[in-house]
Amino acid sequence: MSTTIKDPGTIKPADMDLPDPETIKKELLARYPAKVARKRSNQIIVNQKDEDGAFPEIGANVRTVPGIITQRGCSYAGCKGVILGPTRDIVNITHGPIGCGFYSWLTRRNQTRPPTEADDNFMTYCFSTDMQDKDIVFGGEKKLKAAIQEAYDIFKPKAISIFSTCPVGLIGDDVHAVAREMKEKLGINVFGFSCEGYRGVSQSAGHHIANNGIFTHVVGKNDTIKEADFKINLLGEYNIGGDGFEIDRILAECGISIVSTFSGNSTYDQFANAHTADLNTVMCHRSINYVADMMEIKYGIPWIKINFIGAAATAKSLRKIAQYFDDPKLSKKVEEVIEKEMPEIEMVRDEVKKRCGGKLAMLFVGGSRAHHYQELFKEIGMKTVSAGYEFAHRDDYEGREVIPGIKVDADSRNIEELSVEKDGEKYNPRKTEKEMDTLKTKGFEFKDYKGMMEDMEKGALIIDDVSQYETELLLKLYKPDIYCAGIKEKYAIQKSGIPMKQLHSYDSGGPYAGFRGAVNFYNEIDRMVNSKIWGYLKAPWQISPELSAKYGWE
Amino acid sequence: MNTAKSYTATRNACKMCTPLGAALVFHGIEGAIPLLHGSQGCSTYMRRYLISHFKEPVDIASSNFSEETAIFGGGANLKLAIENIIRQYSPGMIGIATTCLSETIGDDVPMILSGMDQGEGRTDLVHVSTPSYTGTHMDGFHHAVRAVTAYCNPLGSRIRHKPKPRKRINLFPGMLSNEDLRHLKEIFEDLDTKLILLPDYSERLEGPSWVEYHAIQKGGTPIRDIRDMSLSDASMELGALLAGLSQKGEKTAGTILKERFDIPLVSPGIPIGVKATDSFFSALEEITLKPVPEKYKRQRGRLIDAYVDGNKYVSKKKAVVYGEEDFVTAMAGFLAEIGIIPVLCASGGRSGLLKQALTQILPQNIRDQVHVHQGMDFTQMEEAAKKLSPDFAIGNSKGYTLSRNLKIPLVRTGFPIHDRVGGARILHIGYRGTQQLFDTIVNTLLGNRQDISTVGYAYM
Repeated sequence: MSTTIKDPGTIKPADMDLPDPETIKKELLARYPAKVARKRSNQIIVNQKDEDGAFPEIGANVRTVPGIITQRGCSYAGCKGVILGPTRDIVNITHGPIGCGFYSWLTRRNQTRPPTEADDNFMTYCFSTDMQDKDIVFGGEKKLKAAIQEAYDIFKPKAISIFSTCPVGLIGDDVHAVAREMKEKLGINVFGFSCEGYRGVSQSAGHHIANNGIFTHVVGKNDTIKEADFKINLLGEYNIGGDGFEIDRILAECGISIVSTFSGNSTYDQFANAHTADLNTVMCHRSINYVADMMEIKYGIPWIKINFIGAAATAKSLRKIAQYFDDPKLSKKVEEVIEKEMPEIEMVRDEVKKRCGGKLAMLFVGGSRAHHYQELFKEIGMKTVSAGYEFAHRDDYEGREVIPGIKVDADSRNIEELSVEKDGEKYNPRKTEKEMDTLKTKGFEFKDYKGMMEDMEKGALIIDDVSQYETELLLKLYKPDIYCAGIKEKYAIQKSGIPMKQLHSYDSGGPYAGFRGAVNFYNEIDRMVNSKIWGYLKAPWQISPELSAKYGWE
Repeated sequence: MNTAKSYTATRNACKMCTPLGAALVFHGIEGAIPLLHGSQGCSTYMRRYLISHFKEPVDIASSNFSEETAIFGGGANLKLAIENIIRQYSPGMIGIATTCLSETIGDDVPMILSGMDQGEGRTDLVHVSTPSYTGTHMDGFHHAVRAVTAYCNPLGSRIRHKPKPRKRINLFPGMLSNEDLRHLKEIFEDLDTKLILLPDYSERLEGPSWVEYHAIQKGGTPIRDIRDMSLSDASMELGALLAGLSQKGEKTAGTILKERFDIPLVSPGIPIGVKATDSFFSALEEITLKPVPEKYKRQRGRLIDAYVDGNKYVSKKKAVVYGEEDFVTAMAGFLAEIGIIPVLCASGGRSGLLKQALTQILPQNIRDQVHVHQGMDFTQMEEAAKKLSPDFAIGNSKGYTLSRNLKIPLVRTGFPIHDRVGGARILHIGYRGTQQLFDTIVNTLLGNRQDISTVGYAYM
């Protein structure tokens, strides 16, 4: 017997006439020169299916026009900051001038929990070769080697990785050759990443470079099979604000065991052991779907898309994992956990919904968050009127079926695609074709992601790589009740009197994933959209000017 | 003085990169937008870093290099970026700072700019060379101030002789907090003297909510004021190191104005502490010909009184001081003045002048207890500090790990402060700023004494 999650109920539409999205689009494009306007026009889409049920093609993963102030970061940021940042026991050395290392020094609020004090944790460190002009002129390989030797001598880590910044590629330092040499010399794993900031169009390129590197250099190095019943990998979960801890808690209660997380609260050994899991679950499709594909081809591990953002989505994801393992005990346990967790969630949700229902949200963030977080807003009756990703690709908007038709431009061609084959020894299909087919006929979907557009209302405005300038116009035109993005947008938005929630670093809050996370998020949004502070923006004498002209005795 | 072990790699740097300082300067000029010529990641990183300290909008544009641009040169990107910024923001000035990418490939930015047809030509395009593999954010800061001053006051620009009812002073404060900049403006108002403060980000990076939308936040030194610097009666540059640099023959904004227009230059240190603030006010008296207002004399009196009252808590305590070299010098001078021994003075900067500047500012009797290190990172600092058993550390948020590991309190000052609110509102300078620092230090030491005591004494 499964517990169904009560529908939050229909919300009385707020007394609002939303502006016409086509008109808004025109206004957004008005100040751009013709060429820029044409380009941006492909990236600003009014959500609507055509007769064949297809969504309009969106321009995504295309280079930002110079001079447009973008939310995007660079390839190095995606590689070192996002993917390898949350791993605690690899010494990550930035090869370059000091800035890149400094700015990526534990700024994403990834949390980690070493089991004991004796376990390695290098996350609070920022290692850099701090290149000086003489290194630029004469080459930095010698300094890099010395830095690796030094890191080894001091820390004796399991692995050392090297991240290339812009000048490294230009002066021709071969970080991979250095890595090979030092690997041989030291007898530990040393690997490099060519993640110079000018490669690719955004941090997404860096995610790809990082994940390819981990797949090539680490995954499959440790064949120990964990003693557990239901073993999964959690791909694309970065443990911001402790999200991963909450997901770990829920999975543990259900009796599902995590072999490795890519890459929240992760370790080198987890990566090395990842190929022993029996299912890959993909949280952030953008940053890691290709790793799931490669692990399926090479090791025979099927993958499914899951989402732990939102209480209903969490329950659905747990059920999907249980259905995959097809074990009555597991299904029963999953239902028990959901049943135990839901009452509190429903109580808070219904209470918050009274105050938040009918309000408007906008989300411009990430490669999956702008989609996933709409779930949480829906649960408290809020409507997402406009959304978009910072660095996602077309499939994250339109769904995976568009992948074969995606044009590969010069920027994407520079990012290496690995060609992967069945591993002679380690390939082991976790399900027979027949078992897979049986699941499919029951409606179970493997490697499926329908994208953001499918879940958004008709007429919603979808904007890829929104700029600072467009953001400010959108606020004026839509007057949303809350706007979600990152720290760079935060303060300009709040200056306009609109609360702004950071969904990169969570504004020092979180977790927002899983069941307890949902409760945290409902309360947080309630605090923000119903805050009284906005009422103080004007002093009393500004509201009624005659006050200032009167004295007490008058 | 001891020698710290030297390392190849930098662990936990005590410095940021050059373009960050330049980007901050352009936020202190009215209507200016910084543009980093290089990869977009640089703009994004520096924006998020400045924002995490100021908690205000910070816009930095980029010329968004691709791999192709890196190979064939960034001229076309730079021009396109400038055109797009002008269309969207109509800025008065675009400050173009070159990153390590455009510097390494050797883009000739002045040539690219000179080839630009600007149409109406309302936007000033100022270039500052800031390769991040040289110097620190502080160098980027000074170089941007110098570039703007030189650009706006070209040699041979006509010197207008107008009757000047009020003295007019150019002040180059260095990298101070918003509150520090506001305090300087207050002092000049009280002296009834016209001040041209460059940069002044105190309003733009700490503004109120907007009644109407602003493409570029209000505030900053008006560009027309910067153009008038050549007409001022004197220039003042704060910072002992900066003074040292100009003595070494390196050009600063002040020396350029002196060379080009014969404007006298005075270079006191950052006015932290009684002695430094006394020199600052004396210099002001000299160039403005105005007596120090009564208000500041009273502030001084209260400060000295507080020194006397609080001396028992601070005398012979030991401190670790770190940050920009100028900041460290000024802070060490103040600490020594109240009887605290700055046992470790460290900076990520490598001007070669720190030791000399500290020798000049510190009293003879404690000099042999002070360990001075330039080009030092936080890990080396922690190793060195361990042997010196300091009572507290003073500097930016990045010293947190050190203070946690050494189990000593951290007094947060300077930049960046991203683990406390109000970093930009800390007043460090003048008698009033010194008073606040003094109170904070004493209270931190008292608080720590209570925290580590096994008995809960409330009467200290």
